[in-house]
Amino acid sequence: MALPTYASPLERAWYYTYLVICGLVFLFLIAPILIVIPLSFNAEPYFTFTEKMLSFDPTGYSLRWYDTLLTLGHPDPETARDSTWWSAVWERATWVQAAKNSFWVGLWATILATVLGTVAALGLSRPEMPYRRLIMALLISPMIVPIIIIAVGMSFFFAKACVAPDSAMGAIFGMFLSDKGCLANSHLGVIVAHAVLGIPFVIITVTATLSGFDQSLIRAAHSLGANPRTTFFKVIMPLILPGIISGALFAFVTSFDEVVAVLFIAGPDQQTIPRQMFNGIREAISPAILAVATILVIISVLLLVAVELLRRRSDRLRGVTGR
Amino acid sequence: MAEAAPPPTLTTADGRPLKAALLAAQSRAKRRAFLLVLPLLFFVLLTFLIPIGYMLKRSFEHDGFAASAPAVVAWFEANPGFDPANPPEEAYAALVQDLARMQEEKTTGIAGTRINYSVPGTISLFKKGAREAKGLTAPFRESLVALDATWAKPALWRGMASASNVYTAEFYKVASDLKLTDDGWARGEDNERIYLYLFAKTFFVSGLITVICLLLAFPVAHLLATLPMAKSSLLMIMVLLPFWTSLLVRTTAWIALLQEQGIVNDILVGLGLITEDGRLTMMYNMTGTIVAMTHVLLPFMVLPLYSVMKVIPPSYARAARSLGATSWTTFRRVYLPQTLPGIAAGSLLVFILAVGYYITPALVGGADGALISNMIAANMKNSNWSLAAAVAGMLLVAILALYWLYDQLIGIDRLKLG
Repeated sequence: MALPTYASPLERAWYYTYLVICGLVFLFLIAPILIVIPLSFNAEPYFTFTEKMLSFDPTGYSLRWYDTLLTLGHPDPETARDSTWWSAVWERATWVQAAKNSFWVGLWATILATVLGTVAALGLSRPEMPYRRLIMALLISPMIVPIIIIAVGMSFFFAKACVAPDSAMGAIFGMFLSDKGCLANSHLGVIVAHAVLGIPFVIITVTATLSGFDQSLIRAAHSLGANPRTTFFKVIMPLILPGIISGALFAFVTSFDEVVAVLFIAGPDQQTIPRQMFNGIREAISPAILAVATILVIISVLLLVAVELLRRRSDRLRGVTGR
Repeated sequence: MAEAAPPPTLTTADGRPLKAALLAAQSRAKRRAFLLVLPLLFFVLLTFLIPIGYMLKRSFEHDGFAASAPAVVAWFEANPGFDPANPPEEAYAALVQDLARMQEEKTTGIAGTRINYSVPGTISLFKKGAREAKGLTAPFRESLVALDATWAKPALWRGMASASNVYTAEFYKVASDLKLTDDGWARGEDNERIYLYLFAKTFFVSGLITVICLLLAFPVAHLLATLPMAKSSLLMIMVLLPFWTSLLVRTTAWIALLQEQGIVNDILVGLGLITEDGRLTMMYNMTGTIVAMTHVLLPFMVLPLYSVMKVIPPSYARAARSLGATSWTTFRRVYLPQTLPGIAAGSLLVFILAVGYYITPALVGGADGALISNMIAANMKNSNWSLAAAVAGMLLVAILALYWLYDQLIGIDRLKLG
């Protein structure tokens, strides 16, 4: 907003005050996130800048907390860093295990949420869909209902959702469930819970993309002899793909950042990064958490850039200019 | 004169009436659309609706006493209109029999806990009673009262009669800060009314956070909406980055900033605004909760405001100015009313999300900054499952009411991300 030439001195003063206010709000938004990056290179076990760090003394900085991420839980961290040492890191280190769990749970939850959500969004954006508003409200509600309520409900229900390990059902599903054959304390339980939490994001982004979708393209494809499968993969899919991918990224981030459901329904085998961080903040707070936080900030910057590029591509495909 | 022929019905090429063919085609299209949604509906039913329904069922049920005291339960069933102030000897006899049984089956704790919800202090009473039950002799009333006078209290008998039913609304009464007295259910003392107080506090704090978010987001959204595209996209990233950053990262960052030896205090000491001894306590209290939650929820306010402000034509404000309105009048009478849909959408969303917040208050709020969600978690941790479910049920009703309001005012399909 440029200042008009007829502005009075008072308006000018207000305009600059307004810019300062905006600057402060941006600082409030961004500074806490950026501040964890230099703090994670602290040489001391403190959560704040030391004298040495402030005077840019190189001895005030170190990579020791990043090293902790590899050595915590390592059977013999002091030995030489050969291939055995690194394979022990891969197999045993606490944070590496948490990262692996987070990644796999996030991946499967994303696939589940994206496939189910995209198919449902196709139905929801058809004009003839019955009870559209009600169903939409239901499918968005996992985002609105407090996560603590969902987690409590799941912790009750998943503990009862069991199959006998020696039954036919147990033979099929047993490997996905806990030792007792229950959804609680199992990877499947966490995946399913995270998929539910990711579904609203997929529904919102894909229906938003479909709202600009020209439905007559489908009829055109049919009239030219394409069957529904070809129509979907050759006509609909390429046009809504940016929406699907950004919905999938939202779902992945939701799962990757989710801690409350994990706290309530997961067992010790489902330690994820957020859970490890939550426990770390609650119990022994060490700058190792800041090192993890820094890595996560870098990941989120990359994801944000990816989503922005996708959105621009989607707008271009749909012929929308500007934001 | 011949009678007029009935008007010919329009038919399709294969001779079916057009109306029927259209209806059939429409219902087929409806079915097809619905079939696409069906798998997801089934999934959400199984993993979301049924768990929440099961939780609500748990909030009405507890068999701790009903299952471990069969004799006295049978007596309550046979004598529904008994006088709790003066239960007869046979009731006491049944109770002593059950107490002995509890001692054998080690269910004293469960039974005592169940009664303890409505009549505090009964766990130890039951434990003591069960230990001595074997040695008690008739008349049982006198021997039990000799053990502890509480056994004759009408409140206790009311509590046991109520607990003899597996299904009960008692947990909702407890979660509304009611307790069982000798004369029936009554409001607890002021210092015992934790749940309603926490609900009120949660709503007040959420309202406060919503207002702070609105005040901070309004100028920023306006700037983003009026700047040229290239600049605003760059600044938009600063709003979206917190949105994409892990909640735990942001909470960790606020701990680094707000703690007593933290960066904000260091800066204030460095500037000489406060002394080394006068470091501010900004964490593990309400300040920590409010600051961190405002930071987390601010993007949810900026984005709806921005999308509304983006489509307000700047010519309206110029027209108002050229017609002689001052800049303040232009803002108040012309610009602000046009942003109302954005204000409503952002405020409701932030408020809804704030009311159910758990992680941030749990990590930076301490005891003072705890909200109702933390109380649910605390009850779960202490195995007070039915009570946790009842508090969660009350919160759920509040949230659904707000959600309905959101749908009516803004429309759920207008929800956008980024």
